[in-house]
Amino acid sequence: MKGVPDAPRCGFSNAVVQIMRMHAVPYESCDVLADENIRQGIKEYSNWPTIPQVFINGEFVGGCDIMLQMHQSGELVEELKKVGIKSALLTAEEAKKENSK
Amino acid sequence: MHNVPKGAETHFKVVVVSEQFEGLALLKRHRLVNDILKEELQNGVHALSIVAKTPQQWESSDKVVESSPNCRGGFGK
Repeated sequence: MKGVPDAPRCGFSNAVVQIMRMHAVPYESCDVLADENIRQGIKEYSNWPTIPQVFINGEFVGGCDIMLQMHQSGELVEELKKVGIKSALLTAEEAKKENSK
Repeated sequence: MHNVPKGAETHFKVVVVSEQFEGLALLKRHRLVNDILKEELQNGVHALSIVAKTPQQWESSDKVVESSPNCRGGFGK
């Protein structure tokens, strides 16, 4: 990403951070603005031209657009489940159902 | 747009509706578009936002393309 989660320096990076926050996903980030080699290298590594880039369990998932769409479609919750992460949105939904019983 | 000279054309959003996207995951759709714009992306295009839909998806959507996040341009740095 560009910047750090507490201070993203790009709206696209910020959007991804907000999605992570909503799902309460534990993640590590790397500020590509701090290292030009990483900034260029990551583009070649994933064959993806833009930043931010999201990896789940080491597998490239996509950039901001893809994360947003996966978030909106509910696909992200499913992908997180596959790697053993329970989205906070899912937890909240279950709690709601429990309360309305 | 923000931290660039007035009239600079470095931030783009493309909307592509194509039958070729049928049966392809989002990542693969975006890769197709990225490949076509490879040269532009290497030469000055700083941000690219992509919406890739099949004709069917486009028809059943509200056909409104939401705006992309502001780039923030590194806060003037």
